[in-house]
Amino acid sequence: MILAKTGNEALAYAMKQINPDVVAAYPITPSTEIVQIFSQYVNDGLVDSEFVAVESEHSAMAACIGSAASGCRTMTATASQGLALMHEMLFIAGGLRLPIVMPIASRSISSPLNIHGDHSDSFASRDSGWLQFFCESVQEGYDTLIQAVKIAERASLPAIVAVDGFILSHCMERLEAFDDAKVRGWLGKWKPNWNLLDYRRPILVGPATMQDYYFEFKRTQIEGMNRVLPIIEEVQADFAREFGRGYGVIEEYRTEDAEAVVLLMGSACGTMREAVDALRAEGKKVGMVKLRVFRPLPHPVLKQALARFKTVAVMDRVDAVNSYGGPLFTETTSLLYDLAQRPKVLSYVYGLGGKEFTPLDAAAVLEGALAGRKDEPVTYVGVR
Amino acid sequence: MARLKDLCKNPELFSSGHRACAGCGEALAVRQILLAAPQPVVGIMPTGCTEIFSSIYPHSAWQIPMIHTAFETAASTASGVETAYRFHRKMGNIGDDLKFIAFGGDGGTYDIGLQALSGAFERRHRFLYVCTDNEGYMNTGIQRSSATPFGAHTTTSPAGKVVPGKTMHRKDIMEIVIAHDVAYAGQATIAFWNDLVTKVRKALAADGPSFLNVLVPCPLGWGHAGNLTVEMSKLAADTCFWPLYEYEGGSYRVTYEPKEKRPVEEFMKPQGRFSHLFKDDTGRAVVAELQRHVDAQWARLQKRQAASA
Repeated sequence: MILAKTGNEALAYAMKQINPDVVAAYPITPSTEIVQIFSQYVNDGLVDSEFVAVESEHSAMAACIGSAASGCRTMTATASQGLALMHEMLFIAGGLRLPIVMPIASRSISSPLNIHGDHSDSFASRDSGWLQFFCESVQEGYDTLIQAVKIAERASLPAIVAVDGFILSHCMERLEAFDDAKVRGWLGKWKPNWNLLDYRRPILVGPATMQDYYFEFKRTQIEGMNRVLPIIEEVQADFAREFGRGYGVIEEYRTEDAEAVVLLMGSACGTMREAVDALRAEGKKVGMVKLRVFRPLPHPVLKQALARFKTVAVMDRVDAVNSYGGPLFTETTSLLYDLAQRPKVLSYVYGLGGKEFTPLDAAAVLEGALAGRKDEPVTYVGVR
Repeated sequence: MARLKDLCKNPELFSSGHRACAGCGEALAVRQILLAAPQPVVGIMPTGCTEIFSSIYPHSAWQIPMIHTAFETAASTASGVETAYRFHRKMGNIGDDLKFIAFGGDGGTYDIGLQALSGAFERRHRFLYVCTDNEGYMNTGIQRSSATPFGAHTTTSPAGKVVPGKTMHRKDIMEIVIAHDVAYAGQATIAFWNDLVTKVRKALAADGPSFLNVLVPCPLGWGHAGNLTVEMSKLAADTCFWPLYEYEGGSYRVTYEPKEKRPVEEFMKPQGRFSHLFKDDTGRAVVAELQRHVDAQWARLQKRQAASA
């Protein structure tokens, strides 16, 4: 079915088709509509879900943890300050290995207050034990959210699916949606390994641990994350068979004989494709590598992909305020360090607080990468 | 009216061998509550004394299912658990009638968890929230909370050369809870086990959220001998420092009228946290102020009871 949907509408629509058992959520710009539309589905009887309109994002995640620990497929949605307020609980969801799935409409973090799109929120949560998917389009957001439920449940880990705030959350695009029944059939029912409500086999969820067990618990969680990449690949292949659309953990665009590539995530990939096409038309050997899965970092695939270029320009829609470079840049340089022949890696920070990132900006980054130019440690794109 | 003869036949759902201090009032409260509660019960607890002394891996004192997430999240986690239960009931996945009890300390209830508590009550989640109130952050080493009484010494409201302990009265959490129009709210303490047990059963039978504020003396934080825990609890009620009462359907009812209302200093004197107040006039003024407050609260409660009749 072909529909015209904004990112938020498409994510809410995917949630309707996923039909989660419990949703606990709190409004925040720009993800509010996801929850708003979903609660209409609930009150119109289109889903079986119980919806809890909690009084904060912190309580949203705490309620999600309680629900998922009680054997319910559980979802929420948030952004920005909301994700920051959830921060403490994100780690607990990860540590308890609960496959909660959360679309976010990525947004900057205050101060100064700004409601527009960048990756500050999800990046600040990157070490919390959640899978993180970054989407280029409304379609990809919709597809990825459905996939994420299956991936999270197989991996026993929670997952964030990020679309850029406003740029995607509020932008209407063409959406190829599947049948409700087909999505529900493909996902099946979640069968948790344990359930708090199984009172005949009482369990303690969330014990305290001392020096003798904490590290061991964390080690199993780490191992869980280590084993996610093959699960993602399997689920993506399964999704492609079922629905006819495939994704990789990364995607290369016109990189065949490229000398310089740009590595980036999210909606700016669309802009970058245009710029690559324009420069290619001038005979310049440039390309793009899109990173779709940020957690776990698909390091073997990414390393192999980047190793063959002369220059990699890494674009972060966030700054780590570390006077050194964006977070994806530092992870990429680490990733490539032990190669015998390393590409030159440049750091670009762009689009903070929804600052427009135009095809001309994208072309300038590609030109800079092609020239291997590194005037400053970090190049800030488009700042006045 | 519960009978000890019957209660003692119920299975112990809070095992001995946990790590509470000798004379811990909180452990007594949890045990009494679980002996009284109709089963099956699912528990929720925030970080705090009870959590730490009952559940250090690989041990657990809980014979009921129990979940702990964070400090401020007993009520919000309970919201999720109770919602999951409603979902399972709706879909026919669970046929049994389960009850839910959250056990929070005063820090997790009066202070950091107050917002989550308010939200859960407003949403009418059907669970019993028990505040085991020992009047301070005892687990982290006796800091003042908004449940700490006027004049008490804690490590963050120390008895100093200039300031004689805590300079504010405790927060009236019962009135805050009652303002949410809960189905049942009660104040109890461990010495009056029958009163406590009766309130637990009423609270769990109520059709909606319910609350119990249970005073649990803390030998470590209050500075009294471990064998005086029950005595301290009794004195708290007999001095009307801690009136035992309940609220249901808009009505207040005092469930224990001391035959003779004793001066609050009888409750204070055996406790190290008040010992600085019995040395000079400044201290005596603080005791007088606490007495005035206790009297005013007691008079207000009696007025409310009379208005309910």
